[in-house]
Amino acid sequence: MATVIVVTSGKGGVGKTTSTAALAAALAANGDRVCAIDFDVGLRNLDLVMGAERRVVFDLVNVVRGEAKIQQALVRDKRLDSLYLLPASQTRDKDALTEDGVASVISELRSNFDWVICDSPAGIERGASLAMRFADKAVVVSNPEVSSVRDCDRIIGLLDSKTEVAERGENMPKHLLITRYDRARAKTGDMLPVEDILDILSIPLIGIVPESKEVLRASNIGAPVTIASEDSAPAKAYQQAAKRLEGAEIPVTIPNEGTGLFNKIFRRRAA
Amino acid sequence: MTIAVKQRQKMRFRGKSFLAMVLTPDLPIGSWLAEVDRILSRSPGFFVGRPIVLDCSSPNAESIDFPELLALLGERGIQVMGIEGISETTLGPGMPPVITGGRSAGDFDPAEDKARKSSPRKPFTPREPEPKARQTSGLLIDQPVRSGQSIVFPDGDVTIIGSVSSGAEVIAGGSVHVYGALRGRAMAGTTGADNARIFCSKLDAELVAINGLYKTAEDIGPDHLKKSVQIQLEFEDLIIVNL
Repeated sequence: MATVIVVTSGKGGVGKTTSTAALAAALAANGDRVCAIDFDVGLRNLDLVMGAERRVVFDLVNVVRGEAKIQQALVRDKRLDSLYLLPASQTRDKDALTEDGVASVISELRSNFDWVICDSPAGIERGASLAMRFADKAVVVSNPEVSSVRDCDRIIGLLDSKTEVAERGENMPKHLLITRYDRARAKTGDMLPVEDILDILSIPLIGIVPESKEVLRASNIGAPVTIASEDSAPAKAYQQAAKRLEGAEIPVTIPNEGTGLFNKIFRRRAA
Repeated sequence: MTIAVKQRQKMRFRGKSFLAMVLTPDLPIGSWLAEVDRILSRSPGFFVGRPIVLDCSSPNAESIDFPELLALLGERGIQVMGIEGISETTLGPGMPPVITGGRSAGDFDPAEDKARKSSPRKPFTPREPEPKARQTSGLLIDQPVRSGQSIVFPDGDVTIIGSVSSGAEVIAGGSVHVYGALRGRAMAGTTGADNARIFCSKLDAELVAINGLYKTAEDIGPDHLKKSVQIQLEFEDLIIVNL
Protein backbone atom coordinates (compact mmCIF):
# COMPACT_ATOMS: atom_id res chain seq x y z
CA MET A 1 0.00 0.00 0.00
CA ALA A 2 1.32 3.37 -1.00
CA THR A 3 1.65 6.43 1.17
CA VAL A 4 -0.05 9.34 -0.58
CA ILE A 5 1.74 12.66 -0.10
CA VAL A 6 0.48 16.03 -1.25
CA VAL A 7 3.04 18.74 -1.98
CA THR A 8 1.25 22.02 -1.44
CA SER A 9 1.81 25.67 -0.50
CA GLY A 10 -1.08 27.92 -1.43
CA LYS A 11 1.18 30.47 -3.05
CA GLY A 12 2.55 30.00 -6.55
CA GLY A 13 6.20 29.93 -7.52
CA VAL A 14 7.58 28.71 -4.22
CA GLY A 15 8.84 25.41 -5.65
CA LYS A 16 6.06 22.82 -5.33
CA THR A 17 6.71 21.24 -8.71
CA THR A 18 10.50 21.29 -8.31
CA SER A 19 10.14 19.75 -4.86
CA THR A 20 7.68 17.11 -6.07
CA ALA A 21 10.10 16.02 -8.80
CA ALA A 22 13.12 16.08 -6.49
CA LEU A 23 11.42 14.18 -3.66
CA ALA A 24 9.89 11.63 -6.05
CA ALA A 25 13.29 10.96 -7.63
CA ALA A 26 14.99 10.78 -4.23
CA LEU A 27 12.44 8.24 -2.98
CA ALA A 28 12.67 6.22 -6.21
CA ALA A 29 16.49 6.21 -6.11
CA ASN A 30 16.55 3.41 -3.54
CA GLY A 31 14.14 1.22 -5.48
CA ASP A 32 10.76 2.28 -4.10
CA ARG A 33 8.01 2.46 -6.69
CA VAL A 34 6.98 6.11 -6.91
CA CYS A 35 4.25 7.82 -8.89
CA ALA A 36 4.15 11.61 -9.18
CA ILE A 37 0.76 13.08 -10.16
CA ASP A 38 0.45 16.56 -11.63
CA PHE A 39 -2.81 18.12 -10.43
CA ASP A 40 -2.14 21.44 -12.13
CA VAL A 41 -4.64 20.83 -14.93
CA GLY A 42 -4.34 23.56 -17.54
CA LEU A 43 -0.89 24.71 -16.40
CA ARG A 44 1.07 21.49 -16.26
CA ASN A 45 4.78 21.70 -15.57
CA LEU A 46 5.78 18.53 -13.79
CA ASP A 47 6.27 16.75 -17.12
CA LEU A 48 8.82 19.42 -18.15
CA VAL A 49 10.69 19.34 -14.85
CA MET A 50 10.87 15.56 -15.05
CA GLY A 51 11.81 15.62 -18.74
CA ALA A 52 8.82 13.58 -19.86
CA GLU A 53 6.96 16.17 -21.95
CA ARG A 54 7.60 14.43 -25.26
CA ARG A 55 6.19 11.13 -24.10
CA VAL A 56 2.80 12.22 -22.74
CA VAL A 57 -0.07 10.49 -24.57
CA PHE A 58 -2.95 10.32 -22.09
CA ASP A 59 -3.33 12.41 -18.96
CA LEU A 60 -5.04 12.60 -15.58
CA VAL A 61 -8.26 14.03 -17.04
CA ASN A 62 -8.51 11.16 -19.54
CA VAL A 63 -8.12 8.67 -16.70
CA VAL A 64 -10.58 10.47 -14.39
CA ARG A 65 -13.16 10.49 -17.18
CA GLY A 66 -12.57 6.84 -18.01
CA GLU A 67 -11.22 7.59 -21.48
CA ALA A 68 -7.92 5.84 -20.77
CA LYS A 69 -6.55 3.31 -18.29
CA ILE A 70 -3.99 4.40 -15.73
CA GLN A 71 -1.36 2.13 -17.29
CA GLN A 72 -1.78 3.98 -20.59
CA ALA A 73 -1.35 7.38 -18.99
CA LEU A 74 1.63 6.63 -16.70
CA VAL A 75 4.96 7.78 -18.13
CA ARG A 76 8.01 5.93 -16.87
CA ASP A 77 11.13 7.94 -16.12
CA LYS A 78 14.07 7.30 -18.45
CA ARG A 79 16.68 7.35 -15.67
CA LEU A 80 14.90 5.66 -12.78
CA ASP A 81 12.92 2.51 -13.54
CA SER A 82 10.69 2.79 -10.50
CA LEU A 83 9.67 6.43 -11.06
CA TYR A 84 6.44 7.19 -12.91
CA LEU A 85 4.56 10.35 -13.82
CA LEU A 86 0.83 10.80 -14.25
CA PRO A 87 0.70 14.06 -16.19
CA ALA A 88 -2.02 16.73 -16.07
CA SER A 89 -3.99 17.79 -19.09
CA GLN A 90 -2.87 21.06 -20.63
CA THR A 91 -6.02 21.69 -22.68
CA ARG A 92 -8.64 21.39 -19.95
CA ASP A 93 -9.19 23.28 -16.74
CA LYS A 94 -9.43 22.17 -13.11
CA ASP A 95 -13.21 21.71 -13.29
CA ALA A 96 -12.59 18.66 -15.48
CA LEU A 97 -11.55 16.77 -12.33
CA THR A 98 -14.25 15.07 -10.30
CA GLU A 99 -13.90 13.94 -6.72
CA ASP A 100 -15.05 10.38 -7.46
CA GLY A 101 -12.72 10.16 -10.44
CA VAL A 102 -9.70 11.33 -8.45
CA ALA A 103 -10.63 8.97 -5.59
CA SER A 104 -10.64 5.96 -7.89
CA VAL A 105 -7.35 6.97 -9.55
CA ILE A 106 -5.63 7.37 -6.17
CA SER A 107 -7.00 4.11 -4.81
CA GLU A 108 -5.78 2.22 -7.89
CA LEU A 109 -2.33 3.82 -7.61
CA ARG A 110 -2.23 3.01 -3.90
CA SER A 111 -2.20 -0.72 -4.57
CA ASN A 112 0.53 -0.51 -7.24
CA PHE A 113 3.06 1.89 -5.74
CA ASP A 114 5.00 2.57 -2.54
CA TRP A 115 4.64 6.35 -2.80
CA VAL A 116 2.10 8.52 -4.60
CA ILE A 117 3.13 12.18 -4.67
CA CYS A 118 0.51 14.74 -5.65
CA ASP A 119 1.80 18.03 -7.01
CA SER A 120 -0.85 20.55 -5.99
CA PRO A 121 -1.59 23.64 -8.07
CA ALA A 122 -1.35 27.06 -6.39
CA GLY A 123 -4.46 28.51 -4.82
CA ILE A 124 -7.14 26.98 -2.66
CA GLU A 125 -9.66 26.12 -5.36
CA ARG A 126 -10.81 22.83 -6.83
CA GLY A 127 -7.46 21.61 -8.16
CA ALA A 128 -5.66 22.23 -4.87
CA SER A 129 -8.46 20.81 -2.75
CA LEU A 130 -8.66 17.61 -4.83
CA ALA A 131 -4.88 17.20 -4.70
CA MET A 132 -4.94 17.19 -0.88
CA ARG A 133 -8.30 15.42 -0.47
CA PHE A 134 -7.02 11.81 -0.34
CA ALA A 135 -3.50 12.39 1.00
CA ASP A 136 -2.07 10.56 4.02
CA LYS A 137 0.69 13.11 4.62
CA ALA A 138 1.40 16.63 3.47
CA VAL A 139 4.60 18.41 2.54
CA VAL A 140 4.02 22.14 2.92
CA VAL A 141 6.46 24.18 0.84
CA SER A 142 7.31 27.70 1.95
CA ASN A 143 9.82 30.36 1.03
CA PRO A 144 11.36 32.36 3.88
CA GLU A 145 9.06 35.27 3.17
CA VAL A 146 5.87 36.51 4.91
CA SER A 147 3.25 36.11 2.19
CA SER A 148 4.33 32.56 1.44
CA VAL A 149 4.25 31.69 5.15
CA ARG A 150 0.77 33.11 5.61
CA ASP A 151 -0.53 31.18 2.59
CA CYS A 152 1.00 27.99 4.01
CA ASP A 153 -0.81 28.69 7.24
CA ARG A 154 -4.10 28.90 5.34
CA ILE A 155 -3.32 25.64 3.54
CA ILE A 156 -2.54 23.90 6.85
CA GLY A 157 -5.98 24.99 8.05
CA LEU A 158 -7.51 23.36 4.98
CA LEU A 159 -5.41 20.20 5.42
CA ASP A 160 -6.88 19.96 8.92
CA SER A 161 -10.46 20.36 7.76
CA LYS A 162 -11.04 19.47 4.11
CA THR A 163 -9.15 16.21 3.73
CA GLU A 164 -10.51 12.68 4.15
CA VAL A 165 -8.04 12.06 6.99
CA ALA A 166 -9.33 15.14 8.83
CA GLU A 167 -12.96 14.23 8.19
CA ARG A 168 -12.31 10.84 9.79
CA GLY A 169 -11.24 12.82 12.87
CA GLU A 170 -7.58 11.88 12.51
CA ASN A 171 -4.59 14.16 12.45
CA MET A 172 -2.97 14.77 9.07
CA PRO A 173 0.84 14.59 9.46
CA LYS A 174 2.33 17.75 7.98
CA HIS A 175 5.95 18.46 7.15
CA LEU A 176 7.47 21.82 6.37
CA LEU A 177 9.94 22.17 3.54
CA ILE A 178 11.59 25.59 3.29
CA THR A 179 12.89 26.32 -0.18
CA ARG A 180 14.95 29.13 -1.74
CA TYR A 181 16.79 29.70 1.53
CA ASP A 182 19.55 32.24 1.02
CA ARG A 183 22.33 32.15 3.60
CA ALA A 184 23.74 35.55 2.79
CA ARG A 185 20.33 37.24 3.04
CA ALA A 186 19.53 35.35 6.22
CA LYS A 187 22.69 36.78 7.79
CA THR A 188 21.83 40.37 6.85
CA GLY A 189 18.28 39.93 8.17
CA ASP A 190 16.59 40.42 4.76
CA MET A 191 14.80 37.13 5.10
CA LEU A 192 12.34 35.67 7.56
CA PRO A 193 14.43 33.55 9.98
CA VAL A 194 13.72 29.82 10.04
CA GLU A 195 12.81 30.00 13.75
CA ASP A 196 10.09 32.55 12.99
CA ILE A 197 8.62 30.39 10.23
CA LEU A 198 8.55 27.39 12.55
CA ASP A 199 7.01 29.52 15.28
CA ILE A 200 4.22 30.73 12.99
CA LEU A 201 3.44 27.44 11.28
CA SER A 202 4.25 25.13 14.21
CA ILE A 203 4.70 21.97 12.14
CA PRO A 204 7.86 19.83 11.99
CA LEU A 205 10.58 20.76 9.53
CA ILE A 206 11.83 18.16 7.05
CA GLY A 207 14.29 20.22 5.11
CA ILE A 208 15.78 23.54 4.15
CA VAL A 209 16.64 23.77 0.49
CA PRO A 210 19.15 26.52 -0.29
CA GLU A 211 18.67 28.90 -3.19
CA SER A 212 20.89 27.52 -5.93
CA LYS A 213 21.59 27.75 -9.62
CA GLU A 214 21.60 23.96 -9.67
CA VAL A 215 17.82 23.92 -9.20
CA LEU A 216 17.26 26.17 -12.20
CA ARG A 217 19.77 24.27 -14.30
CA ALA A 218 18.12 20.96 -13.41
CA SER A 219 14.64 22.10 -14.39
CA ASN A 220 15.98 23.55 -17.64
CA ILE A 221 17.51 20.22 -18.63
CA GLY A 222 14.34 18.44 -17.55
CA ALA A 223 15.69 16.40 -14.66
CA PRO A 224 14.87 16.48 -10.95
CA VAL A 225 17.74 18.16 -9.12
CA THR A 226 18.33 14.98 -7.12
CA ILE A 227 19.23 13.24 -10.40
CA ALA A 228 20.82 16.11 -12.36
CA SER A 229 23.40 17.02 -9.72
CA GLU A 230 23.02 14.63 -6.86
CA ASP A 231 25.92 16.03 -4.85
CA SER A 232 24.74 19.62 -4.90
CA ALA A 233 23.46 21.28 -1.74
CA PRO A 234 19.78 21.37 -2.84
CA ALA A 235 19.90 17.73 -3.92
CA LYS A 236 21.31 16.75 -0.52
CA ALA A 237 18.56 18.70 1.22
CA TYR A 238 15.91 16.86 -0.81
CA GLN A 239 17.56 13.46 -0.23
CA GLN A 240 17.52 14.09 3.51
CA ALA A 241 13.92 15.28 3.36
CA ALA A 242 12.98 12.06 1.54
CA LYS A 243 14.75 10.02 4.25
CA ARG A 244 12.74 11.87 6.90
CA LEU A 245 9.53 11.11 5.01
CA GLU A 246 10.53 7.45 5.18
CA GLY A 247 10.75 7.85 8.94
CA ALA A 248 14.48 8.36 9.50
CA GLU A 249 15.38 10.72 12.30
CA ILE A 250 18.07 13.02 10.95
CA PRO A 251 18.61 16.48 12.42
CA VAL A 252 17.81 19.21 9.90
CA THR A 253 20.83 21.23 8.89
CA ILE A 254 21.19 24.07 6.46
CA PRO A 255 23.32 22.60 3.71
CA ASN A 256 26.03 24.93 2.53
CA GLU A 257 26.95 25.51 -1.05
CA GLY A 258 30.23 23.66 -0.69
CA THR A 259 32.19 26.93 -0.63
CA GLY A 260 34.70 26.09 2.06
CA LEU A 261 37.79 28.13 2.80
CA PHE A 262 39.92 26.36 0.20
CA ASN A 263 37.35 26.83 -2.50
CA LYS A 264 37.27 30.56 -1.83
CA ILE A 265 41.01 30.91 -2.04
CA PHE A 266 41.09 28.82 -5.17
CA ARG A 267 38.37 30.90 -6.81
CA ARG A 268 40.15 34.15 -6.09
CA ARG A 269 43.34 32.94 -7.68
CA ALA A 270 41.58 31.73 -10.77
CA ALA A 271 39.68 34.98 -11.19
CA MET B 1 2.94 78.13 19.02
CA THR B 2 0.05 75.91 19.74
CA ILE B 3 -1.41 73.51 17.28
CA ALA B 4 -5.01 72.59 17.78
CA VAL B 5 -5.21 68.84 17.58
CA LYS B 6 -8.63 67.80 16.45
CA GLN B 7 -9.98 65.20 18.84
CA ARG B 8 -11.21 62.17 16.98
CA GLN B 9 -14.76 61.27 17.79
CA LYS B 10 -15.05 57.71 18.98
CA MET B 11 -17.42 55.66 16.93
CA ARG B 12 -18.76 52.25 17.90
CA PHE B 13 -20.37 49.62 15.79
CA ARG B 14 -22.37 47.17 17.78
CA GLY B 15 -24.85 44.47 17.02
CA LYS B 16 -27.97 43.95 19.09
CA SER B 17 -30.87 41.66 18.56
CA PHE B 18 -34.46 42.49 19.36
CA LEU B 19 -37.60 40.48 19.30
CA ALA B 20 -40.02 41.69 16.66
CA MET B 21 -43.55 40.49 16.04
CA VAL B 22 -44.04 39.17 12.53
CA LEU B 23 -47.37 39.69 10.76
CA THR B 24 -48.16 37.79 7.58
CA PRO B 25 -50.60 39.74 5.43
CA ASP B 26 -53.01 37.45 3.61
CA LEU B 27 -55.25 37.96 0.62
CA PRO B 28 -57.87 39.28 0.44
CA ILE B 29 -56.30 42.09 2.38
CA GLY B 30 -59.70 43.38 3.52
CA SER B 31 -60.54 40.31 5.59
CA TRP B 32 -57.00 40.13 6.96
CA LEU B 33 -57.35 43.73 8.18
CA ALA B 34 -60.71 42.81 9.69
CA GLU B 35 -58.89 40.19 11.78
CA VAL B 36 -56.35 42.85 12.85
CA ASP B 37 -59.27 45.07 13.83
CA ARG B 38 -60.79 42.24 15.85
CA ILE B 39 -57.55 41.90 17.87
CA LEU B 40 -57.46 45.67 18.36
CA SER B 41 -61.05 45.75 19.57
CA ARG B 42 -60.20 43.17 22.25
CA SER B 43 -56.95 44.81 23.34
CA PRO B 44 -56.50 48.31 21.91
CA GLY B 45 -52.90 48.66 22.98
CA PHE B 46 -51.78 45.34 21.55
CA PHE B 47 -49.48 46.73 18.84
CA VAL B 48 -48.41 49.88 20.68
CA GLY B 49 -44.65 50.18 21.04
CA ARG B 50 -44.03 46.79 19.45
CA PRO B 51 -41.58 46.42 16.60
CA ILE B 52 -43.59 44.90 13.76
CA VAL B 53 -42.19 43.10 10.73
CA LEU B 54 -44.30 42.09 7.74
CA ASP B 55 -43.55 38.66 6.29
CA CYS B 56 -44.40 38.79 2.59
CA SER B 57 -42.61 35.64 1.47
CA SER B 58 -45.79 33.84 0.41
CA PRO B 59 -46.27 33.86 -3.37
CA ASN B 60 -49.62 35.68 -3.36
CA ALA B 61 -48.08 38.55 -1.40
CA GLU B 62 -46.73 39.89 -4.70
CA SER B 63 -50.08 41.46 -5.56
CA ILE B 64 -50.22 43.45 -2.30
CA ASP B 65 -50.26 47.23 -2.75
CA PHE B 66 -47.65 48.10 -0.15
CA PRO B 67 -48.10 51.89 0.12
CA GLU B 68 -51.81 51.35 0.69
CA LEU B 69 -51.29 48.52 3.20
CA LEU B 70 -48.73 50.53 5.17
CA ALA B 71 -51.11 53.50 5.27
CA LEU B 72 -53.97 51.29 6.49
CA LEU B 73 -51.77 49.78 9.21
CA GLY B 74 -50.56 53.25 10.16
CA GLU B 75 -54.15 54.34 10.69
CA ARG B 76 -54.44 51.55 13.24
CA GLY B 77 -51.30 52.67 15.06
CA ILE B 78 -49.17 49.81 13.71
CA GLN B 79 -45.64 50.96 12.85
CA VAL B 80 -43.86 48.60 10.47
CA MET B 81 -40.09 48.53 11.01
CA GLY B 82 -39.19 46.19 8.20
CA ILE B 83 -40.50 43.92 5.49
CA GLU B 84 -39.27 40.39 5.00
CA GLY B 85 -39.34 38.23 1.90
CA ILE B 86 -39.69 40.71 -0.96
CA SER B 87 -37.24 42.28 -3.36
CA GLU B 88 -35.98 45.77 -2.66
CA THR B 89 -37.25 47.05 -6.00
CA THR B 90 -40.84 46.60 -4.85
CA LEU B 91 -40.38 49.19 -2.15
CA GLY B 92 -40.38 52.92 -2.82
CA PRO B 93 -38.67 55.70 -0.88
CA GLY B 94 -39.97 56.40 2.60
CA MET B 95 -41.01 52.81 3.12
CA PRO B 96 -39.53 50.42 5.69
CA PRO B 97 -36.37 48.54 4.65
CA VAL B 98 -36.19 44.95 3.50
CA ILE B 99 -34.79 42.75 6.24
CA THR B 100 -33.41 39.25 6.03
CA GLY B 101 -31.86 36.62 8.24
CA GLY B 102 -34.56 36.54 10.92
CA ARG B 103 -34.73 33.58 13.26
CA SER B 104 -38.09 32.47 14.42
CA ALA B 105 -38.84 32.70 18.14
CA GLY B 106 -42.12 30.88 18.57
CA ASP B 107 -45.70 31.99 18.15
CA PHE B 108 -47.15 35.01 19.81
CA ASP B 109 -50.53 34.38 21.40
CA PRO B 110 -52.64 37.53 21.72
CA ALA B 111 -54.98 35.90 24.27
CA GLU B 112 -52.13 34.99 26.59
CA ASP B 113 -50.69 38.44 26.22
CA LYS B 114 -54.02 39.96 27.24
CA ALA B 115 -54.20 37.72 30.28
CA ARG B 116 -50.71 38.73 31.29
CA LYS B 117 -51.59 42.41 31.05
CA SER B 118 -54.82 42.19 33.02
CA SER B 119 -53.50 40.02 35.84
CA PRO B 120 -51.99 41.87 38.82
CA ARG B 121 -48.24 42.08 38.76
CA LYS B 122 -46.57 39.14 40.42
CA PRO B 123 -44.23 39.85 43.31
CA PHE B 124 -40.59 39.72 42.30
CA THR B 125 -39.05 36.31 42.74
CA PRO B 126 -35.41 35.63 42.09
CA ARG B 127 -34.89 33.76 38.88
CA GLU B 128 -33.93 30.17 39.23
CA PRO B 129 -30.26 29.64 38.58
CA GLU B 130 -29.62 28.31 35.10
CA PRO B 131 -28.15 24.84 34.75
CA LYS B 132 -24.48 24.78 35.64
CA ALA B 133 -23.25 23.52 32.29
CA ARG B 134 -24.58 26.64 30.67
CA GLN B 135 -22.99 28.99 33.16
CA THR B 136 -19.53 27.61 32.61
CA SER B 137 -19.99 27.46 28.86
CA GLY B 138 -16.80 28.21 27.04
CA LEU B 139 -15.10 27.05 23.90
CA LEU B 140 -11.73 25.34 24.14
CA ILE B 141 -9.59 24.93 21.04
CA ASP B 142 -6.41 22.96 21.55
CA GLN B 143 -4.77 23.60 18.20
CA PRO B 144 -3.52 26.72 16.42
CA VAL B 145 -6.09 28.87 14.62
CA ARG B 146 -4.79 29.12 11.07
CA SER B 147 -4.99 31.99 8.62
CA GLY B 148 -8.46 32.17 7.07
CA GLN B 149 -10.14 30.36 9.95
CA SER B 150 -12.75 32.14 11.98
CA ILE B 151 -13.82 31.07 15.45
CA VAL B 152 -17.18 32.60 16.40
CA PHE B 153 -18.62 31.87 19.84
CA PRO B 154 -21.19 34.41 21.03
CA ASP B 155 -22.14 32.44 24.15
CA GLY B 156 -19.02 32.89 26.27
CA ASP B 157 -15.26 32.73 26.52
CA VAL B 158 -12.93 31.25 23.94
CA THR B 159 -9.67 29.66 25.04
CA ILE B 160 -7.07 28.77 22.46
CA ILE B 161 -4.08 26.62 23.26
CA GLY B 162 -1.82 27.57 20.38
CA SER B 163 -1.36 30.62 18.22
CA VAL B 164 -3.87 32.69 16.27
CA SER B 165 -2.26 33.30 12.90
CA SER B 166 -2.22 36.43 10.82
CA GLY B 167 -5.45 36.43 8.83
CA ALA B 168 -7.37 34.38 11.39
CA GLU B 169 -10.04 35.76 13.71
CA VAL B 170 -11.53 34.85 17.07
CA ILE B 171 -14.87 36.38 17.99
CA ALA B 172 -16.24 35.74 21.46
CA GLY B 173 -19.22 36.97 23.42
CA GLY B 174 -17.03 36.76 26.52
CA SER B 175 -13.26 36.95 26.91
CA VAL B 176 -10.59 35.61 24.58
CA HIS B 177 -7.66 33.67 26.04
CA VAL B 178 -4.76 32.80 23.75
CA TYR B 179 -1.99 30.61 25.13
CA GLY B 180 0.33 31.40 22.25
CA ALA B 181 0.99 34.27 19.90
CA LEU B 182 -1.96 36.41 18.85
CA ARG B 183 -1.15 37.51 15.31
CA GLY B 184 -4.64 37.72 13.85
CA ARG B 185 -7.76 39.47 15.11
CA ALA B 186 -9.41 39.00 18.46
CA MET B 187 -12.80 40.45 19.28
CA ALA B 188 -14.13 39.97 22.79
CA GLY B 189 -17.41 41.00 24.37
CA THR B 190 -19.17 41.22 21.02
CA THR B 191 -22.59 40.79 22.56
CA GLY B 192 -22.17 43.90 24.67
CA ALA B 193 -19.97 42.75 27.55
CA ASP B 194 -17.80 45.67 28.66
CA ASN B 195 -16.06 43.47 31.22
CA ALA B 196 -14.74 41.02 28.62
CA ARG B 197 -10.97 40.88 28.25
CA ILE B 198 -8.37 39.58 25.84
CA PHE B 199 -5.39 37.66 27.17
CA CYS B 200 -2.47 36.42 25.13
CA SER B 201 1.05 35.21 25.79
CA LYS B 202 2.51 37.15 22.85
CA LEU B 203 0.77 40.17 21.38
CA ASP B 204 1.34 40.71 17.68
CA ALA B 205 -2.29 41.23 16.67
CA GLU B 206 -3.70 42.82 13.54
CA LEU B 207 -6.69 44.05 15.52
CA VAL B 208 -8.06 43.71 19.03
CA ALA B 209 -11.56 44.79 20.01
CA ILE B 210 -13.72 44.67 23.11
CA ASN B 211 -17.41 45.40 22.74
CA GLY B 212 -16.89 47.26 19.49
CA LEU B 213 -13.97 49.47 20.55
CA TYR B 214 -10.90 48.46 18.65
CA LYS B 215 -7.19 49.04 18.22
CA THR B 216 -5.23 48.07 15.14
CA ALA B 217 -1.60 46.94 15.12
CA GLU B 218 -0.49 50.54 14.50
CA ASP B 219 -2.17 51.74 17.69
CA ILE B 220 -0.47 49.15 19.87
CA GLY B 221 2.56 50.67 21.50
CA PRO B 222 6.01 49.08 21.16
CA ASP B 223 6.04 48.42 24.92
CA HIS B 224 3.35 45.79 24.50
CA LEU B 225 4.37 44.21 21.20
CA LYS B 226 5.42 40.56 21.48
CA LYS B 227 4.70 40.72 25.21
CA SER B 228 2.34 38.73 27.35
CA VAL B 229 -0.61 41.08 27.92
CA GLN B 230 -4.19 41.52 28.92
CA ILE B 231 -6.46 43.99 27.20
CA GLN B 232 -9.47 45.47 28.94
CA LEU B 233 -12.00 48.24 28.52
CA GLU B 234 -11.76 51.17 30.92
CA PHE B 235 -13.80 54.33 30.53
CA GLU B 236 -14.43 53.83 26.83
CA ASP B 237 -10.78 53.13 26.15
CA LEU B 238 -8.85 49.97 25.43
CA ILE B 239 -6.11 49.50 28.00
CA ILE B 240 -3.25 47.12 27.35
CA VAL B 241 -1.39 45.88 30.41
CA ASN B 242 1.72 43.72 30.30
CA LEU B 243 1.35 40.63 32.44
